[in-house]
Amino acid sequence: MLDATPRDSVMERKGLVSNPCKTCQPVGAIYAALGVHGVMPHSHGSQGCVAFHRMFLTRHFKEPAMASTSAFTEGASVFGGGANLKTAVKNIFDIYNPEVIAVHTTCLSETIGDDLHSFISALELPKGKRVIYCNTPSYVGSHVTGFSSMAAGFVNHLAEKSNETTGKLFVIPGFVNPGDMREMKLYLDAFDIDYTMMPDTTDVMDAPMTGNFELFPKGGTPLAEVKRLGDAAHTIALGEWASEPCANALKRKHDVNFDVLGLPIGLAGTDAYVMALSKFSAKPVPREIDNLRGRLVDSMLDVHQYLSAKRVAIAGDPDTVLGLLQFVLECGMIPAYVGTGTPGGNFEAKVDTILEKYGVAQDDCWRKSETDYFELHQRIIQNPVDLLLGPSLWKQIAKAEDIPLVRCGFPILDRYIHPLIPIVGYSGALHLLQMIADTLMDRQDALCEDQDLEFVM
Amino acid sequence: MTRTIAAHTGKATSLMAVPMLDERKKSISCGGGSGHSIACGKESTAGAMSQRACVFCGARVVLNPITDAFHIIHGPIGCSSYTWDIRGSLTSGNDLFRHSFCTDMNDMDVVFGGEKKLARAIDQAVSTHHPKVIFVYATCIAGVIGDDVESVCKAAEQRHQIRCIPVQAPGFSGHKAQGYRLAGDAIMALIGTRPFPRAKAHGINILGDFNLAGEQWIVKNYLKSLGIDVVTGITGDSNCAELMQAPQAQLNVVQCAGSMIALARRMEADLNIPYIKVSFYGIEDTSTSLVHIAQALGNPDIVDRTKRFCQFQINQLKPIVKRYKSQLSGKKAAIFVGGGFKAISLIKQFRELGIQTVMVGTQTGSAEDYDVIRSLVHDDCVVLDDATATELEKFMTERGADILVGGVKERPLAYKLGVAFCDHNHERKHPLAGYVGVRNFAEEINASINSPVWAYV
Repeated sequence: MLDATPRDSVMERKGLVSNPCKTCQPVGAIYAALGVHGVMPHSHGSQGCVAFHRMFLTRHFKEPAMASTSAFTEGASVFGGGANLKTAVKNIFDIYNPEVIAVHTTCLSETIGDDLHSFISALELPKGKRVIYCNTPSYVGSHVTGFSSMAAGFVNHLAEKSNETTGKLFVIPGFVNPGDMREMKLYLDAFDIDYTMMPDTTDVMDAPMTGNFELFPKGGTPLAEVKRLGDAAHTIALGEWASEPCANALKRKHDVNFDVLGLPIGLAGTDAYVMALSKFSAKPVPREIDNLRGRLVDSMLDVHQYLSAKRVAIAGDPDTVLGLLQFVLECGMIPAYVGTGTPGGNFEAKVDTILEKYGVAQDDCWRKSETDYFELHQRIIQNPVDLLLGPSLWKQIAKAEDIPLVRCGFPILDRYIHPLIPIVGYSGALHLLQMIADTLMDRQDALCEDQDLEFVM
Repeated sequence: MTRTIAAHTGKATSLMAVPMLDERKKSISCGGGSGHSIACGKESTAGAMSQRACVFCGARVVLNPITDAFHIIHGPIGCSSYTWDIRGSLTSGNDLFRHSFCTDMNDMDVVFGGEKKLARAIDQAVSTHHPKVIFVYATCIAGVIGDDVESVCKAAEQRHQIRCIPVQAPGFSGHKAQGYRLAGDAIMALIGTRPFPRAKAHGINILGDFNLAGEQWIVKNYLKSLGIDVVTGITGDSNCAELMQAPQAQLNVVQCAGSMIALARRMEADLNIPYIKVSFYGIEDTSTSLVHIAQALGNPDIVDRTKRFCQFQINQLKPIVKRYKSQLSGKKAAIFVGGGFKAISLIKQFRELGIQTVMVGTQTGSAEDYDVIRSLVHDDCVVLDDATATELEKFMTERGADILVGGVKERPLAYKLGVAFCDHNHERKHPLAGYVGVRNFAEEINASINSPVWAYV
């Protein structure tokens, strides 16, 4: 497996990405658009893009992922995609009848200079229907920035402000699974906070089995709530990469103030979320949440000796990786390698800040944004780790180097149920803790001498 | 005059109840001789939710299984990440093809051109991996920004004295089948067009099998036991050296005609190698194909041996098929696969199990394929090209399908509708070819249709 990876030293590379730790913006834009009810995500580009994106989302969520395409031809790529968009919009309202079509661009439509604003302004739409858009050229950012661009697109195009505040908290959950969003909502409910979460893919990408197929499943943020976002009291953006641009858009457009927090992964990550909710609601932390925290700390103590000083490599999306980094540090593990493929956002500096907080020397942790699995593999060969943490894209390396892998984040293409089980909140941390401890202890049992096998650990 | 489907099936109201695009109606017909012929091989309709991928995808899936080739995607990252180890093709040697290599074009490349970056990527590939052949896939924007990929490849060939073959596959230049043709051209560019002296001709090439789940190994073992040599698979488990021997084959056998018929025709014209179409799915087609190969090679001993071999295998399978038939008889199947040949084999295979096919669709079937399909199925069976998700839903529900055979995007759709599923695409769980495949297929169909979980839906 992966015989082509150099084993002697880490090779300098120029101009060749190998085994990418990211994918392109449009897939994130589709995921975000699926999180608003009654919206048809639409890819303005070649038909292949949307086929890949739907396949990719389906492989992770194990759910249908609906999206349409402008199906560019040679002609469109020469004369522009305006005619294709016009036909597509007409057909989509005729056949699928969504409330809103959420268009995102692709590398092709951006490169040929399609001006979506003027295309869309010229469209005649059925009464009450809307077409919104965001720019997501595939040669900029990653799937994470695509998600944030589409989330901001909803705010830019749909959010309105009246004279009357809703008093609601606007929560942007970040590029996380529906299971995570559900968990975040539990906390909001525990504080009895009136909120709007957007995007919200619960009951869309984890829709329960009913024997029916719904083109627009019952979940997703109601459009009426999206439209009233301008009247929100405050915004909490979870995850700087995936959520801040949307919070920013609402601030610029309707002057709604916001706080940016990391994803609520691990103890401190969740503490920050809980404190922010407490502050917004001006209420003390409810006892049930306090107890969740207490049970997490209790369990972290129970297993701490099995996790202590274990070396971990973490990869995935930046918001998720930073959350996981903090959690492994809380567990006394050593984050030996921390990487993301998503460019920008000062990732390394943020890693360093967290390392400093836990007293870990920068030399003990190799960290890099815009890395790929080929580079991570070479690093790990030079100085191995005990555990890999992140998407299933680690899989080949796990096999090649015989290192156990705990799957979390996006994408997980080769296992089931992950999108339904949270890794955020205290319960999510407990789940992560269990997966990590089980994996390391299973490994110990599998590799130890017969005489060392213990019933009680 | 041709009769419409509605009149033919007597289900006029239900069929027309859900709006359908006029363009799409031409691509939907029904079994028997009376429905209209199927419009196929066209671009997807803008706004439709096509399940079909692009030109690049077609080229990539055909060439990807060449195990020691270096596949560089020249474009933004998405094209590369979505096709990383995409096929489930198994290798008996090199695993270079399981990597994902990309120039990861960014906004600066779009402005200033990506030729230099591509040249650096090729140099990097040669110095690190020493591949025998490099395929460079130019996706949507490489051509649009004016990168001269051919010149870069030509210069690289001279610089490094290896083969560096451009595959100009912008997604907008047609649909998936166009990519198949490009892949065939790339293979011809690799193996050359000089005919091998016929006197030395020996053995066969297997075209259009990609060794998913090791299926080609099963077929090769059968052929070996019958005394028939295989020169190379094209492209399943092939390597550069074996492919270069392809011109010396006596016969080409073509399984996935959708992807490989153009190459077979070129090899017949340029290299003087005749071809026959085969399929190794199901008892009937596996047996017929083996006998046809033996007959085409013209050795009466081998023909006799093959007939005895097939009869032996059929006798072995009879009690197994009988057992499954008792549990499956009377069920209804829906089929949505990539190429026509597989649909044809599957209809027969379902018939062997007492299952009637009620819907058949393909992504890239030809007019001839559809004629054969319509002659094989019942009059009530819906036949359609490049189906959309909603069409699949509609016809499966209307026709009361118990199981769908398809690929990744169709699986959750089927489950949502309470319909069982079998992946006959890249994510098949075990080999479905040859006699052992008949057993695996029956087992899987039975496991899904008769799963206890359906009782709770």
